[in-house]
Amino acid sequence: MTDSKQPLSDGSAPAEASSPEAPEGTTRREFIATATVGSALLLEACRHAPPVEGPPPGTAPAELEVTFKVNGQLQTLKVDPRTSLLDALRERLGLTGTKKGCDHGQCGACTVLVDGRRELSCLSLAVMHQGAEVSTVEGLAQGDTLHPLQQAFIEQDALQCGYCTSGQLMSAVGLMSEPCGASDDDVREAMSGNLCRCSAYPNIIAAIQQVRRLPKL
Amino acid sequence: MVAILSEVAPRESDVKSPLHAPALHESGLKHTSGEALYVDDLPLLPGTLVGHVIASPHAHARVVRKEARRALALPGVHAVLFAQDIPGVNDVCPVRGVHDEPLLAVDEVHCVGQSVALVVAESAALCRQAAALVEVEYEALPACLSIREALEQGSFLPHWLYPGPHLIRRGEPEAALLAAPVRIQGECMTGAQDHFYLETQASLAVMEEDGAVRLWSSTQHPSEVQEKVAEVLGLGRHQVTVEVPRMGGAFGGKETQAAPFAALAALGARATRRPVKVWLNRDQDMEQTGKRHPFWARYEAGFFEDGRLLALKAELVSDGGWSNDLSHAILDRALFHMDNAYFLPNVEVSGRVARTNQPSNTAFRGFGGPQGMFVVEEVLNRAAERLGLDPAEVRRLNYYHEPSEHRTHYGQLVEGNRLPRIHAELMASSEYARRRAEIDAFNAASRWTKRGIGYQPVKFGISFTTSFLNQAGALVVIYGDGTVQLNHGGTEMGQGLHTKMRAVCAHALGVPAEHVRVMTTATDKVPNTSATAASSGSDLNGQAVKAACEVLRERLRLVAAHLLQVDRAEAQGIVFAGGRVSHPAYPHRSLTFAELTHAAYQAQVSLSATGYYRTPDIGYDRKMGQGKPFHYFAFGGAVVEVEVSGLTGEHRVRRVDILHDVGSSLVPTIDRGQVEGGFIQGLGWLTCEEVLIDAKGRLLTHSPDTYKIPALGDAPEDFRVQLLERAPQDSTIHGSKAVGEPPFMLAIGAVTALRHAVAAFGPPRTEVQLASPATPEAILRAVEAARSVKR
Repeated sequence: MTDSKQPLSDGSAPAEASSPEAPEGTTRREFIATATVGSALLLEACRHAPPVEGPPPGTAPAELEVTFKVNGQLQTLKVDPRTSLLDALRERLGLTGTKKGCDHGQCGACTVLVDGRRELSCLSLAVMHQGAEVSTVEGLAQGDTLHPLQQAFIEQDALQCGYCTSGQLMSAVGLMSEPCGASDDDVREAMSGNLCRCSAYPNIIAAIQQVRRLPKL
Repeated sequence: MVAILSEVAPRESDVKSPLHAPALHESGLKHTSGEALYVDDLPLLPGTLVGHVIASPHAHARVVRKEARRALALPGVHAVLFAQDIPGVNDVCPVRGVHDEPLLAVDEVHCVGQSVALVVAESAALCRQAAALVEVEYEALPACLSIREALEQGSFLPHWLYPGPHLIRRGEPEAALLAAPVRIQGECMTGAQDHFYLETQASLAVMEEDGAVRLWSSTQHPSEVQEKVAEVLGLGRHQVTVEVPRMGGAFGGKETQAAPFAALAALGARATRRPVKVWLNRDQDMEQTGKRHPFWARYEAGFFEDGRLLALKAELVSDGGWSNDLSHAILDRALFHMDNAYFLPNVEVSGRVARTNQPSNTAFRGFGGPQGMFVVEEVLNRAAERLGLDPAEVRRLNYYHEPSEHRTHYGQLVEGNRLPRIHAELMASSEYARRRAEIDAFNAASRWTKRGIGYQPVKFGISFTTSFLNQAGALVVIYGDGTVQLNHGGTEMGQGLHTKMRAVCAHALGVPAEHVRVMTTATDKVPNTSATAASSGSDLNGQAVKAACEVLRERLRLVAAHLLQVDRAEAQGIVFAGGRVSHPAYPHRSLTFAELTHAAYQAQVSLSATGYYRTPDIGYDRKMGQGKPFHYFAFGGAVVEVEVSGLTGEHRVRRVDILHDVGSSLVPTIDRGQVEGGFIQGLGWLTCEEVLIDAKGRLLTHSPDTYKIPALGDAPEDFRVQLLERAPQDSTIHGSKAVGEPPFMLAIGAVTALRHAVAAFGPPRTEVQLASPATPEAILRAVEAARSVKR
């Protein structure tokens, strides 16, 4: 992969973009769908690209530079373009709060927010996030003041081993700005992508609903 | 000595003990802030290498050739290690004296996923690249892939001391079966279950001075990891230190099976003189580690017409996989729980462990208990269907009596049986009778959707059945400022053990819980520990923590008596509570705990102590099949309501009511979480988690895209959990009872409920044929079978 093929460096995610809103004229759902299909096509295109300029198989491709904000701080990394956002966070930035549960996008333990939307960081390449705002569990609290969801997870005992907790929390934070019905059933559906093997599920619902029922400031 | 007296009487609000009270999780703040460190999160020393396991692709094969030259030629590859590179003993079998589990295969592999070599390189990517260049040549051999094949081939893992089947017998089951008015016979199977702890197996090994090694391991059993690493490296155990920060779930899967990966990390570190981390990705973890034992059973039971059980004969065979691991202890517990809650007047149960070419199956929450219990519950469900009785009533009729007069089939008196009480309270609170009638009315009017309700009692024996394991230690350290470090032998895997131990310690010393810091579990702090397993973590370690704290409190009491100017004779009346030390007779003299500990230090009083506990009066004679393996029994009951679609075989769990006995709960919030989580995990085992292999013994369900554990949407829609009130237990830590495993088996009530719903697709008294796990496919087959029963 060469610099000229660097995906998503412009267009869909402008470097200065800080609004999590979808571009004008599209609904959030359409936007997500388009973005997902688009990146899938790009990846597919990369996979089938003739390996003329590429390095021989088995050797690492040239590193790419990517700049994004993580928990409000600007970070510039030189990474192997195959590096997942998860590995970049954990191994390069030392943010180990985000966990690798399955590395397949199936368990939800690696959920982070990208431009305010929840995203599975194991299924996402670091270099796709040029200019993006990435939020991880480490950035939830404001100084010593916990995010209401952190507070609620502690109060409701919504965790046991804690390994899925950061993913649950980030997923729940994302959920807060999504169109989601008010009932427990709606939360069950919206949070079904985050597995908890200890099955602290009843308390996870309770914690999320506790925050959703708080009066809006 | 300086007398420091505070002229303030302790206030009521200060003296609240954290014991028997709701508590925030000891690591809750760290988990929600991302600060909590697991093995894979620990900051790495410069030069740390990655260890990658090369595993057998064959279920059974001879290893003809092993060659690593091409892999070693890659820059950044530091070592490729085979069996011949092990300096000590090439074995990690957890059973003393049995050596049937080589760490690295020698000349034969016995399952897909068995470790053959370890690649050590600069990165995981390089490891994978090198692994592809390691040449291992195999000659495939015939493989035995199921219990059925093992039975046909006579392939078993005999017990190392008692080679025959484990047999427990009472009365005259053959004669009683002949005389029984109703006889039921059949076979049943329960399936494997992957632990699917969210944190996969992980170990980090670092060489220290003098050839010693320090490990951080995600294990429930640091002492065994220490032992196996020492043996593999040929070291004394004093040269090996194992620390466990915490685990991201374990459920039994890290009781014995963390040791091989720790030993591989240590082997790599010794060979390269660099730190080495071995971390399995999800697919590797699922392919290379053992699961809950599948069990096959053949049974014959005799009943009276009213549903009373007269006789039971049953034969169990478990799938042990390729090596012993804990299979025999698991089989023992299955046999011990063949009675569940019921008095079996005439009984013979026997069991064997099949040897198959599968990864060695291992401990999993319940440890065979669920598999044994499932059989008797199947028998009772079939009897209720045959006789047209309410299955809850059939269960009630067969309970052990209270006050105690009955012994179990293995001869232990059933004391303190709370099931009659739980039954009565739960039937009333869940409105079982009314709802069952409503469901019958609903089913009569609904063609494609049927509902069902089931009741499940559980009696579960508490103690390691290998009696000597019932011991624990603690080391409590108080500093001059009155703050405390608590070390105990148990490991934290999410079950809340640290939260409970901190409460026990804070209560004993009369200090706020926040002044007690629970330390990382480490073999250099508390040695020779047992696994944190068998639901015994709080029972055993709690007593050890209490013992250590009491030693310290008695030392401090003497110092306090002097400072408070209390006679020695009155010293016993000194109270440690709320961070203060005082005597009720002299309410205006009191000390803070910090003042007292500082004074004790200056008075040259030792401020650290160990505590130790062993469970008294338990033991079992396997040859005779008689004894008292358990310190006590834990009890619980559940009422489960489901709805089944006859078109798709899917089901929903509409409502669950649980009443569970945890004695006087040490920390009720933790215990509730264990009950809810255990139940849902049991639902997974019985309904959606299906482990499948292909014809060559390769795991097909090796990631969450093919192996379904319960998600949030699968939790019961209406979940009402109560802990039994006013239920202190004798001779346990502060009257509490073990809670980790027993609630798992409450989920069998879902099977009874599903059978009720499925039977409604057939005529009255339809006998349901429902396989386990009750996946949509299995339910649909059962519905079809029920529909085809002649009216």
